[in-house]
Amino acid sequence: MTGFFSAWWGSAVTVFVCVITWAMAGTEGLAAPDATKSIPDPATQPQLAKIEELLRRSWSDYGLSPASRATDGEWCRRVYLDLLGRVPTVDELQAFTTLRERDKDAQLVERLLTDSLYTEEYARNFTTLWTNILIGRNGGNEDRSLTNRAGLQKYLRDSFARNKPYDQLARELITATGASQPGRDGFNGAVNFLAMKLADDAMLATADTARIFLGLQVQCTQCHNHPFNEWKQNQYWELNAFFRQTRSLRRFEAGTNEVAYIELADQDFGGEGTTPQDAEIYYELRNGQVKAAYPVFVDGTKISTSGYLADVRRRGELGRLVTDSEYLSRAIVNRMWGQFLGYGFTKPVDDMGPHNAPSHPELLDYLASEFRAANYDLKTLIRWITLNPAYRLSSRTTKSNASDDPLMGEPPKFSHFYLRQLRAEELYESLLVATQADQNKGSYEEREMAKNEWLRQFTIAFGTDEGDETTTFNGSIPQVLMMFNGELVKEATRVDADSFLSRVAANPMSPAKKIEFLYLAALARKPTRPEIDVANKLWEARAIDARRDHGSGSIPPGAAALQDVWWVLLNSNEFILNH
Amino acid sequence: MVYTPYDMSRRHFMRHLAGAAAWAVPAITLTQSLRAHAEQLRSNRKAAILLWMGGGPSTIDLWDLKPGAATGGPFRPIATTGDAQICEHLPMIAAQMKHLTVVRSMSTREADHQRGRYYMHTGYVPSASVEHPSYGSVIAHELADQRPDLEIPPFVAVGGGSVGPGFLGMSWAPFVVNSDGRVKNLEMGLDRQRVMQRMAALQVLEKGFIDQDRGLAAVDHAKMLDKTLSLMTSKQMEAFKVSQESDAVRERYGNNGFGRGCLMARRLVEAGVSFVEVDLGGWDNHQNIFPTLQDDKLPTLDRAMSALVEDLDQRGMFNDTAIIWMGEFGRTPRINGDSGRDHFARAWSVVVGGAGFQGGKVVGETSDDGASVVSEPYVSQDLMASVCHALGISLDRTFTSRSGRPMKIANSGKVIKDLFA
Repeated sequence: MTGFFSAWWGSAVTVFVCVITWAMAGTEGLAAPDATKSIPDPATQPQLAKIEELLRRSWSDYGLSPASRATDGEWCRRVYLDLLGRVPTVDELQAFTTLRERDKDAQLVERLLTDSLYTEEYARNFTTLWTNILIGRNGGNEDRSLTNRAGLQKYLRDSFARNKPYDQLARELITATGASQPGRDGFNGAVNFLAMKLADDAMLATADTARIFLGLQVQCTQCHNHPFNEWKQNQYWELNAFFRQTRSLRRFEAGTNEVAYIELADQDFGGEGTTPQDAEIYYELRNGQVKAAYPVFVDGTKISTSGYLADVRRRGELGRLVTDSEYLSRAIVNRMWGQFLGYGFTKPVDDMGPHNAPSHPELLDYLASEFRAANYDLKTLIRWITLNPAYRLSSRTTKSNASDDPLMGEPPKFSHFYLRQLRAEELYESLLVATQADQNKGSYEEREMAKNEWLRQFTIAFGTDEGDETTTFNGSIPQVLMMFNGELVKEATRVDADSFLSRVAANPMSPAKKIEFLYLAALARKPTRPEIDVANKLWEARAIDARRDHGSGSIPPGAAALQDVWWVLLNSNEFILNH
Repeated sequence: MVYTPYDMSRRHFMRHLAGAAAWAVPAITLTQSLRAHAEQLRSNRKAAILLWMGGGPSTIDLWDLKPGAATGGPFRPIATTGDAQICEHLPMIAAQMKHLTVVRSMSTREADHQRGRYYMHTGYVPSASVEHPSYGSVIAHELADQRPDLEIPPFVAVGGGSVGPGFLGMSWAPFVVNSDGRVKNLEMGLDRQRVMQRMAALQVLEKGFIDQDRGLAAVDHAKMLDKTLSLMTSKQMEAFKVSQESDAVRERYGNNGFGRGCLMARRLVEAGVSFVEVDLGGWDNHQNIFPTLQDDKLPTLDRAMSALVEDLDQRGMFNDTAIIWMGEFGRTPRINGDSGRDHFARAWSVVVGGAGFQGGKVVGETSDDGASVVSEPYVSQDLMASVCHALGISLDRTFTSRSGRPMKIANSGKVIKDLFA
């Protein structure tokens, strides 16, 4: 290995005759964004001023100087990844970096949130995120699954495309009834959230509803009072009682015993005692004593104890109680902040009890109350988060803020942007868009199915009743092997006719401009001098190969060199890390 | 001794970057200088195999039967070649029990899958501020000096995800493979010269980004590139190919994922891997537990685990290889309304053997109904300390987490003395 390597390097240096002129990039032919739309001036938004004030106060309290601003290219890449789930195209990038207006950041965010050109991608990205939140990466992929992943995604896509208020979304997911599979009578994709969570006395329905929508981890209190949070065993069962009228009814393929889909329905619940008008459930304390529970919300609100639907629909009441509570807004604000900034105000974002104090209590409370006042409008929340100064900071640390590192066990102070790896879905979408391969991938459903198939290779289910899972798309060797040699990257680096790289190679741009184009497409920046030098060496090496093969190789040397450069870019830390 | 793995590897990495052609040169030089000792090191290098029973196995039905008790279930105990009596549906393991010891006095507090998995893998309860390294990461890290010529990952997880390396960093992460032993995406399909040219170019980008002080993730990425390249070009990858074993051997281990995983574990340890975790899931038996155990789980376990012990013993590897059998917790003595047993951490069993462990014993005791431990109770930390002790790893070892907080190996657990005398 070393021998080959050294020999190549030596010869490349001595025969390094390739001269590539370096021209500055022009921006001709790029569509300017529609600047006629009136954009709310950030300075006039009191929320942004307040967020900034609170952040600056915490930086000064901790004696931290915030990092410098991220470059426009870095910030633009960040915004595209976080809003659309992919990197910007070269055109999109240059349209932004060439803007000179003071409010260009707000313009870009507004464009991605409101321009109909981006509605589908925005909805797809949030659908992907929320599918994973609601049913996990493996949900619906299990053998004989009762969850219809595509059904849930259809519901979510529609909800995010219409910017459904978050309280309505939560209520619909908690209270949904209907058929799980698209195309069936009474289809309601939202039922797929709970479709497989009703087994074992609705254990998962209880735990996941509390965790996702209230930011409360109650699963351990099923069997005993929690050793170090304040939730008591009775509260678990009182919350659990809300789900006991609900059934996942199997519907069979005509004439077979194959389950085709499920129908989520509420039915009269007789209780575990003898009086349905007072339908109680029983649970066992660790000392063996048996206690009864009726539906009581976590804040102590009681509802009718009857099990008859005619008297009370328990899940409907739960939906109302959840969306009336402040837990809902605090949990979503924490989750969304974490999604954009890399860390929420608590770790994990969905465990927010008094035992886990938030890093910025005042900011969390403020955002939550403003979000409620803004009628749970997710896009408004996204504007506040993406346009706040912490999200604009560079990930380059300085002496005065390097200590702010949540990896070291410190609570985040957001004095610089924290590196984080792209999610597998972001990588997939980015490669499709960057290589312009997203145009001919069939219908939306076919495209999503292909993506789901690809994603499955990274998911490991632990095989417990709780559906725990993990991913190997975590920076470990299987991921690197996939990036080195996997089908997706092979596809992205193809050079045969009609491929992305063959089109770049055939373009009349100079070689230098071609390399710059690839850098912009992958990293949202131009190459540095050492990077230009090494690209030139690759170019020359491929030319030497071509001369050695007397032109018998089927790939023109230019295309082969671009292939090398593109492969290197996709495999770099800078590409795979949202920075 | 205080040792900071992060600083160490960072220095090591920076040395790698010292020259333009640095990709492979320092590693190879280092390897050559140590190769002279390799044979000697190989002769007494230690390793461990964790058989992870995901879901929480019903140890009252396997290792600590309560015949006659109302909660005892239908299975009968049988005699073994050791002191323990175990489940009648584990006859092949019974023949190997002279090598294995049952600890019947585990008493822990984490009865949630995720928390239990973390706790039993790390010796620590989950924390918001620190991610602790798991067994495999700790042991691979501590035993690395014994295998300087290892080109494949020192910690392999077969058929499951294990738990991550925590503050030790991605270099000590489990390499997760399927039990079929086919590692995906190993071939780049280019000539070696071109691969190395690409790597040299990649090096320029990696270094440029790392030099901008953006944090550990950038450094970790570069390290993983290095490790991946080493693995792609290594002959040691053959160890994953269980298909190279004879039909008779494969049959002995069992023709299923867990059987192949155990066979792969033996091959990997032979090749120099320090820690292999083999996952057998499906123990979360809240319903119909007894037919599930009798018809599915126990025959699979019996065949593979007995084959592994027998095989390691016949190859003279057993005295250097620790075996640990455990899940995240046990299951309730009480049989629930669905003929299942639920999560139970207060009184349950694990099994160990090999390396420095004394075989054939029973340690600890539970009450007649299996609901409580009546001897000295042990926790995850104690088991971890005992495994480290069996492998010759000093319990005085202290890590420094990335926050600078000193952390004793195995969370200051106490060695379970009865496992060694």
